[in-house]
Amino acid sequence: MNNDKTFSILNVSDQPVVTRRGLLKAGAGLSLAVAAGPMLTACAGKGDATGVLVPGPFLRIGSDNVVTVVARNAEIGQGAFTGLATLIAEELDADWNQVVVEAAPADPSKYANPGFGPMQGTGGSNSMASSWEQMRQAGAAARAMLVAAAADQWGVPAAEITVSAGVVTHAGKNKSAKFGELAGRAAKLAVPKDVSLKKADQFVLIGKDAARVDAKAKSTGTATYTQDVKLPDMKVAVVIAPPRFGATVKSFDATAAKAIAGVSDVVQFKHTVREGVAVIARDYWTAKKAREAVKVEWDDSKAYAKGTDQMFAEYKALAAKPGVEAKKTGDVSRAGAVRYVEATYEFPYLSHAAMEPLNCVVHITDAGCELWTGAQLQTMDQTMAAALLGIKPEQVKINTLFAGGSFGRRSNPKSDFVQEAVAIAKAGGQGKPVKMVWSREDDMHGGFYRPAFFHAMKAGVDAQGNVVSWEHRLVGQSILDGTPLMPPGAPIDPLSIEGAANLPYEVPNLVVDVHSPKSEVTVQWWRSVGSTHTAYATENFVDEIARATGKDPLELRRALLKNHPRHLAVLNLAAEKAGWGSALPAGKARGIAVHECFGSVVAEVAEVAQVAPGRFKVERVVCGVDCGLVINPNLVKMQVESSIGLGLGAVAQGAITLKDGKVEQSNFHDYTVLRMNQMPAVDVHFVTGADKPTGIGEPGLPPVGPAVAGAILKLSGKSLHALPFTRSGVTLV
Amino acid sequence: MTTLDVNGKLLETDASPDTPLLWVLRDSLNLTGTKFGCGMAQCGACTVHVEGQATRSCVLPLSAVVGKKITTIENVGAEAVGKAVQDAWIAENVAQCGYCQSGQIMSATALLATNKTPSDADIDAAMGGNICRCATYVRIRAAIKRAAAALA
Repeated sequence: MNNDKTFSILNVSDQPVVTRRGLLKAGAGLSLAVAAGPMLTACAGKGDATGVLVPGPFLRIGSDNVVTVVARNAEIGQGAFTGLATLIAEELDADWNQVVVEAAPADPSKYANPGFGPMQGTGGSNSMASSWEQMRQAGAAARAMLVAAAADQWGVPAAEITVSAGVVTHAGKNKSAKFGELAGRAAKLAVPKDVSLKKADQFVLIGKDAARVDAKAKSTGTATYTQDVKLPDMKVAVVIAPPRFGATVKSFDATAAKAIAGVSDVVQFKHTVREGVAVIARDYWTAKKAREAVKVEWDDSKAYAKGTDQMFAEYKALAAKPGVEAKKTGDVSRAGAVRYVEATYEFPYLSHAAMEPLNCVVHITDAGCELWTGAQLQTMDQTMAAALLGIKPEQVKINTLFAGGSFGRRSNPKSDFVQEAVAIAKAGGQGKPVKMVWSREDDMHGGFYRPAFFHAMKAGVDAQGNVVSWEHRLVGQSILDGTPLMPPGAPIDPLSIEGAANLPYEVPNLVVDVHSPKSEVTVQWWRSVGSTHTAYATENFVDEIARATGKDPLELRRALLKNHPRHLAVLNLAAEKAGWGSALPAGKARGIAVHECFGSVVAEVAEVAQVAPGRFKVERVVCGVDCGLVINPNLVKMQVESSIGLGLGAVAQGAITLKDGKVEQSNFHDYTVLRMNQMPAVDVHFVTGADKPTGIGEPGLPPVGPAVAGAILKLSGKSLHALPFTRSGVTLV
Repeated sequence: MTTLDVNGKLLETDASPDTPLLWVLRDSLNLTGTKFGCGMAQCGACTVHVEGQATRSCVLPLSAVVGKKITTIENVGAEAVGKAVQDAWIAENVAQCGYCQSGQIMSATALLATNKTPSDADIDAAMGGNICRCATYVRIRAAIKRAAAALA
C-alpha cells in the first residue's frame, strides 16, 4: 500500500479525483482521522492469556484453530468478505474451512481504505485492488510467526518448515501442528516487518473458485441485516419526510397519533440534509399506522417544484451553450469534416432501490453513540453522527452489518440516513435504542439518485469516411458538489465526465465540456457512477456513426482503438466468443460495446431477438473481461452477471421522474426493475496474464445498455436515445 | 393473544389482528429470516408458505392465517424439498447481498413441491414475483434445476 500516492474515490484509477492533501484540506473541519503508515510495521504482535495470535488488525488465530479475518470492506453482496479472506488465507496457507470473517469496527487508524486516503469505506470497485498487497502481507506475517513458533518449539531451522492447508510441518523430524496449537507461542513473537509473498505459480486459492463465506447464512435466513437487529428496550421509528426536496416543517399535529397504543413519541428531526417528523413506537406496524394519523404542514417556499420535462427542457437549452471544458484535443472547427453525425441523449434519475430499504439502529449513551447498520462509508458516518451529537468521531461505535444491497446508496457522502436515525434517536430515543426503518416508499422518495443527464454529441466525418472530430457536451448535476469529497477549487466534478473526457477512441480533434446545474433534488453515485450514462452515450453514438458511414460496429471500434491494447483484447475476445459476424436466424441481431472504468475494461456482445413489434428478448450477453488478475473466477462472474442485470433493468425501464417537485414513483409497481424472465444468459471470458487485480464490482455494468441498444438498432432501425427504452415503445421481455 | 401454527409449533402473539403476518413473524415472534422489501406484495422478499402455498406475508393480515400451517425460511429445510433447495442455493453460490434469498428459496421450494421438473417457463412464472436487485437470476435458475435433479 502506498498512502502517499494520489488516490481516487469511487472513480477510474487513471483519473484521480481527490488528492490526499485535497481531502484532508476539505475534511479538516470534520476532524477526519488520518491513517498511520503501513499496518504491519505499526503493530506489534499481541497475544492474550487464551493464546490468541493477533498479528495486526486484519486477522487473529485462536487456540481453537479458527482463523478470523477482520474485513475492512463491507459485505454488500459483492463478495468482499470472501475475497479478503482468500488473500489472507492464501499467504497464511490456511485451510479454507478454518476461516471465518467478521466486519471490522469503525477505526480509520487501522482500517482506512488505501484507495480512500484517511477514510474507512467501501466503493469504487477497489476492495480487492486496494487489498492485494495489504491482506497478503497480513497473511504472510502471521504465517511467518507460526513457522517461527514451530521452529522454536521443535528446535529446527524455520527454513525447513512447510505449511499447507492449515498444518505446519517439519518433515525431517516428523513433526506437525495445527495453527491453533502454535498460536499462543507465536503471539509472543514480534511481527516481522518484511515478508516475502508468493509467486503466482505458488497460489493455492487465488485463481480458484472458493465458495462464498456467506453462502450458508444467506441461504438459511440466519444472516443478520440491520432490519433484523433487536436490542433490549429498542423502539422502531418511521419517518414522515418532506414530499418535496428542500421543504421544511411548518408545524405538525401528533395528538391523534400519540393516543395510539404502543406509540412512544412523535418528534421533529433535522440534520444537514433535510428535516421531517418521526413516529417512534414499539414496533414497525404500530409506527407505520400511527404515521398516517400525524398531520404535517410543510413550508415549500424553498422546495424544488419543477417537473422532469421542464428540467430536461432547461438542460437542453443549456446544452446549446458552451460549458466548462473538460478535455480538448486539436480543433474541432478545423477538422476537415465533410459531414456530421449528431445525437442527443437523455438519462433519467435512477433510484438504487436495494432490496433492504434504508435503515439504521442508534443507541445514544453517556459514552457516545453506537450504530448498527450496513455501513459503507464508516468514517463519514462517524464524522456526521458525531457532529450532530457534539461528540468526537471516535465516540461513535459502528457495528457494520451485512447490507441488503447498496449499489452505492449506503456510502452516502453526507451520511443522510445515518444522520436521520441519529437525529431521531437524539430527539426521542430517551437513551434507548431506536431502529429507524424506511418503507419502500420512503426509500424511493429519499433522493440521492443517479443524476439525470442530457448529452449532446456531434462527430465530423471526412471525405474518406474517417471520424475526424468529436464534440461531447454533458449537462447534469454534480455528485460531489457540496460534499467534503469535492476537490477544492476544481472547476468540474470528475464524476460528471468520467467515461467521456477519457474517451478511448482516437479522434484527432475533440472537445468535451460540461454544465453542472444545481438542484434541490439530491444525487449520488449509482453503480459505475458517471459511466452509467457516459458509456451509453459514447458507445451508442459510435454505433450511430457506424450506421451513418456504413461500417460494421466492431470494425469501426477496432479502427479507432489501434493504440488501446486492453480495449482491443476484450473486444476481440467477446466478439470471437459470441461469433460476431456469423449468420443469425431472422429476427435476431447482435450489438457490441466496450468501456473502461475502475481500472478494468469490459466488452459485451448482446444477442437480442425481436419477439413482436416493440418487444425484444436479450437472450445472451457474452463478455470479454480484463479485470487484471482474477482472484476468484466464479465470484467475478457473479459480479458481471449482477452488473448486467442491474444495468439492463435500468436502461430498459428504470426512471425516477418528478411532477410539481414530487417523485412520481413509489414502489416496485411503478419503478419496475429487472425480473427473472428478463435476465439473459451471461458468458464471461477473461483476458489473462495480469499480475494484480483491478475493479469488478461495477465495470460489467456500463457496456450492457449500449450493446443491447445496438442490437435493437440493427433489428428495428430504432435509435434509443432517451432512456429508459420504454419511453421509445421498446419493452424487454 | 392469538395463537399461530408456525414451523410446526404453536406460538402466541399479542399483535393486533390487522398486523401483516410479516411483522408478526419479525417483530413479535423473532423470526427475522423473512424479509421486508416493499410492503405491497411486489418484491417477494417476505414469501412464506401458508398451507404449502408460496404467499406474500407483507399483505396478509394475522386474522387470515389463524389455524393455518405457516412455514418460514427458518424451518423450510426440515422437509426434503426445502433442504434440497437450500443445498442447491449454497452449491451454486446464489446469494450476493442475500436479502431477497429467503423469499426466493420459499418460492422455489413451493414450485418444486408441485412440479418436479420445471421448465424455464415454469421457473419464470413461479419466480416472477421475486425481485433480486443483485440479479442473481441466472444462478437461481441453475439452483432450481440442481435441486430438481437432486430430488429426482
